[in-house]
Amino acid sequence: MMSDRNDNFAPLGNCRSIRLAEIPELPFDRFADAIVSRTAAGQRVCAFFASAGKASGSTRLQVVIANDDEDSLAVGCCSVSGPAFESITPACPQVHLFEREIAEQYGLKPVGHPWLKPLRYQRSWTDRDAWDRDRGAAILPGVGDFFRVEGDEVHEVAVGPVHAGVIEPGHFRFQCHGEKVFHLEIALGYQHRGIEEALAGGPDRRSIHYAETVAGDTTAGHATTYCQVVEALSGYRTTVHSHIVRGIALELERMANHVGDLGALSGDVGYLPTASFCGRIRGDFLNMTALLCGNRFGRGLMVPGGIGFELDAPRAGELLARVETAEREVAQAVNLLWDDQSVMARFEDTGPLPLETARELGVVGVAARASGLERDVRYNHPTGIYRYVQIPVSTYDTGDVFARAYIRWLEIQQSVTFIKERLRSLTPPSPAPGIGPLPPDSLAVSLNEGWRGEICHVAMTGPGGSFSRYKIVDPSFHNWYALAVAMRDQEISDFPLCNKSFNLSYCGHDL
Amino acid sequence: MFKSIIARAKQGHRTMRYPAGAPPALSDRFRGRPTIEGAKCVQGCLACAQACPTVAITDRVAITDRGAIQGRGAIQGRGAGRHEVDLGKCLFCTDCARACPQGAISHSPDWRLSVSRRGDFMVGMEGGSAASGTSPESDALRLAAALPKEMMRLFGRSLKLRQVSAGGCNACEADVNVLGTIGWDLGRFGIQMVASPRHADGLLVTGPVTRNMELALMKTWDAVASPKIVIVVGSCAISGGPFIGHDEACGGVGDMLPVCLYVPGCPPHPLTILDGLLRLLGRIKSAS
Ligand code: SF4
Ligand code: SF4
Repeated sequence: MMSDRNDNFAPLGNCRSIRLAEIPELPFDRFADAIVSRTAAGQRVCAFFASAGKASGSTRLQVVIANDDEDSLAVGCCSVSGPAFESITPACPQVHLFEREIAEQYGLKPVGHPWLKPLRYQRSWTDRDAWDRDRGAAILPGVGDFFRVEGDEVHEVAVGPVHAGVIEPGHFRFQCHGEKVFHLEIALGYQHRGIEEALAGGPDRRSIHYAETVAGDTTAGHATTYCQVVEALSGYRTTVHSHIVRGIALELERMANHVGDLGALSGDVGYLPTASFCGRIRGDFLNMTALLCGNRFGRGLMVPGGIGFELDAPRAGELLARVETAEREVAQAVNLLWDDQSVMARFEDTGPLPLETARELGVVGVAARASGLERDVRYNHPTGIYRYVQIPVSTYDTGDVFARAYIRWLEIQQSVTFIKERLRSLTPPSPAPGIGPLPPDSLAVSLNEGWRGEICHVAMTGPGGSFSRYKIVDPSFHNWYALAVAMRDQEISDFPLCNKSFNLSYCGHDL
Repeated sequence: MFKSIIARAKQGHRTMRYPAGAPPALSDRFRGRPTIEGAKCVQGCLACAQACPTVAITDRVAITDRGAIQGRGAIQGRGAGRHEVDLGKCLFCTDCARACPQGAISHSPDWRLSVSRRGDFMVGMEGGSAASGTSPESDALRLAAALPKEMMRLFGRSLKLRQVSAGGCNACEADVNVLGTIGWDLGRFGIQMVASPRHADGLLVTGPVTRNMELALMKTWDAVASPKIVIVVGSCAISGGPFIGHDEACGGVGDMLPVCLYVPGCPPHPLTILDGLLRLLGRIKSAS
């Protein structure tokens, strides 16, 4: 194995751009070796995707790797001619879904992939199809092979796509022995709207709205990440005021969702006081985002080049007062959980995700930190306001439902402190010039720590400066498989609780 | 145990008095329907229409090409000084207001936006100014009417809905869920989201209906016993919303199902959804 110092991946900072010509095109073997050796050394894959190659019929494979220990990123690429490449998954499990995605979008077969099936049940963007399906034949979601455990007393439980609650669609298949789950397989794709496809050719008047609706509960996260990738490409310097407001919106989003999740977890174990208090307080946080921009999810707040609504002093004062009230109420509601034996009995040891598994799967966000991985974009690869203000990383080591709940509580407290400090020393707005056109033949990477975990956007421009490829990796993409693994040997009745403790996005995965 | 009782006392009673009392306060930046101050608008400019992500704004003589529908090309046309907005496509964003060189566009603070028929969403933006030669009446939004008498007898005091999420972004779902929290307490109106279509009197659909959800939506609909109703929430489910024109989605529920209530927004505020539901059940009269 070669050291990553000379594997010819190009170093790149978060929210920086690079000319495509400056990323050396490697032979496939060296490209694959570099991914394997870097991940074996503890680095991880943020994004791995295909785009149209230079020569007709060829495909460019592009990878973005994060080295969290050294706070650096690297990008590498190679060109594949023909309809197949040798799968990297057997040596590097964390790329398994990325390879299925490449197969589906570009009809490029990763030969030797252990479980090559469609990811979103969509049609290939090229004239190839990795499964050699008839072009005219309908592609039915959720139809195809599933893992199956055979045996007299083994039974299969299938759930969805339409679920019993007000939630997004997905299909779950459990292989069970009585109450015990041997294996869970998750089939998604029902929410596929074609966002990456539609972003190609942009930026245009729809682009920011796609970013806002990749996953609507992460509007601030994805919209900020989109704006930052565009700003990185055009070399734009965003004002400090804009950075602060974006940071406040990101933390409000985190608090709203974490509080909502703690309430839902509490409801799932039948502990109603916290469930009902948190359900309401979550709304208070959404209303604080509405105080900033008029929309509870932050629609319209982020615009490339800055923010759509300035935060004036009286509004900041009002926000501060509301944050302080909510802080008290959340503490009271959430601390009930840790004192209640019946809640703790359900939370502890349920759905454990061991540290090593989390690392191998490339898990991000709350789930990674709950398993003991010190992984937080705000700390490892800070951008925007996080470059000036550090938020300590909250970790725990049991990897169970309790840990995932407790991390949320720790993070709520960190976010409260962060917001209060920002509001007390708010830099007033300064004039911001308009954002210029994008440079041709370039690539930029933008990472942010959304409330679920790492959000990654990669934009590539063509000769005219418009997006030739736009790749979005929602944190859920890394984490869905971890939920399946955490369910092994668990009671099927604990699935709702486990699922909620991850609370992953269906549309963010399905795009 | 004692701690939870103390917490209960401190958290207090939180269910709002609305509709008997005042509605909850909205942000001063809340964005309802976009309107144009007619006198300021320069004829033939159409900067707003060109900025609109969903081509919701049209001019009487505007010609939209296919590119424009896709959100790419430009809209050609001469301004006739009369803008119309399709609130079923509108995302209630800020793009038109920001694009207007005259600063003539603002968003109304009125949250009441639900209608009974898709066509009722086509409204003039001038809101009846002398300059545009329109009257306030002709540009007013015809808000949703109550269910017909027989349906009202069946559902007026108890309406069970099965929610189907069909390809949106999960924000509409989130704000539907909010109505079940203690602040809003939808249950006090006899409205409840139920776990099975077999228990339901109708569907509440969100999302543009992705191709991958088409079959599941229709199967869920078939599983609901007649008579049954359909409510659509969010611009996605009404028109496709941000995903208008995508091959991967159907552009909303459209003619697939018989819709009796359309709640616009991206996502609609919970108050907008509640207002629509209460109008449907005759708890708020359209005259008020
Ligand atoms: S608010 Fe947005 S979607 Fe609505 S008309 Fe204006 S630009 Fe179009
Ligand atoms: S209407 Fe808007 S908020 Fe609702 S699901 Fe569609 S994109 Fe999301």
